[in-house]
Amino acid sequence: MKREMIYVFVAFAVIYAVRVLPLTLIRRPIRSRFLRSFLYYVPYVTLAVMTFPAIVEATAVPAAGIAALLAGIAVALWKGNLVAVSGVCCAVVFAVEWLLR
Amino acid sequence: MKTVVVRKNRRAAFLNGMHDGIPIALGYFAVSFSLGIAARNVGLRPMEGFLASALCNASAGEYALFTLIGARAAYWELALVTLITNARYFLMSCSLSQKMSPDMPFYHRLLIGNYVTDEFFGISVSRPGPLKPAYYYGAVAIAAPAWALGTALGIRLGLLLGPRVVSALSVALYGMFLAIIIPPAKKQRAIACCVLAGFFCSWLFGALPLLAAMSAGTRTILLTVGLSAAAALLFPRKETEEEGSADEA
Repeated sequence: MKREMIYVFVAFAVIYAVRVLPLTLIRRPIRSRFLRSFLYYVPYVTLAVMTFPAIVEATAVPAAGIAALLAGIAVALWKGNLVAVSGVCCAVVFAVEWLLR
Repeated sequence: MKTVVVRKNRRAAFLNGMHDGIPIALGYFAVSFSLGIAARNVGLRPMEGFLASALCNASAGEYALFTLIGARAAYWELALVTLITNARYFLMSCSLSQKMSPDMPFYHRLLIGNYVTDEFFGISVSRPGPLKPAYYYGAVAIAAPAWALGTALGIRLGLLLGPRVVSALSVALYGMFLAIIIPPAKKQRAIACCVLAGFFCSWLFGALPLLAAMSAGTRTILLTVGLSAAAALLFPRKETEEEGSADEA
């Protein structure tokens, strides 16, 4: 087998274990109010942390990333549609980078 | 008679999932395309990129994988980095386990487990009531192939797109994240606090001299645990509050 594919299978094994262990080990509702609240807030915090400042660093021009962030938040507040928000972010980056170069 | 009704419900849930999976598929295609460009740079062929994406289903995790292939890292190094860059899925799976009915057949946990991603997780936790496996599979059926295919096409055609288009596509994923976190934040003050604190601390950790040395994966885990715990202490949820009730308000 090619070396690259061994790398791929090692990564797959680790990722699958990370994902499936909690699902198979936690089979009942958690009673602790703290833990339940904690797990409820986890997705929002994770996604927020991963979005900013990464969105600003992802684009060729930082200003384009900032504009995309603001536009994305505005569209999400107005209409929370995944395609709309994502599409507007991409369009804003394209427009800003086109204007600035 | 009853089995007919069950089958109909399942079908409806699957179609629902496919519907919600369309934007995810578009976002995945865009993101995995740029991931494919990274895979091409370390010498992967389209088929290998396709397999890597079909198996791993992870953006940051696969980016780390391709980087380490390029660096000819040791297997244990790869395992450790993979563990760190993907540890947030551990938290998401813990959270998702609470959405699963104890009556659900066990094999669903093994299957759904392979597809715990930010986006599938995001759309399924925001739905009220226990998780419907058919809904999850509907979203996976349309978006997972887009992810694998996008990677393969990125390897084959990546250089044909101009740098401006690639730059624009690179924010597709973040737009999806915003669409998942902002609407509930509008309805619940606690979630709004989580999002703002997440933005601020993430920026702070990236900017402060000593903390900036930390990898993005480690930063994500530390901040997720710290801020979610703080939110749980400050805004404990009432027993009666259903998961996802924010989206019904």
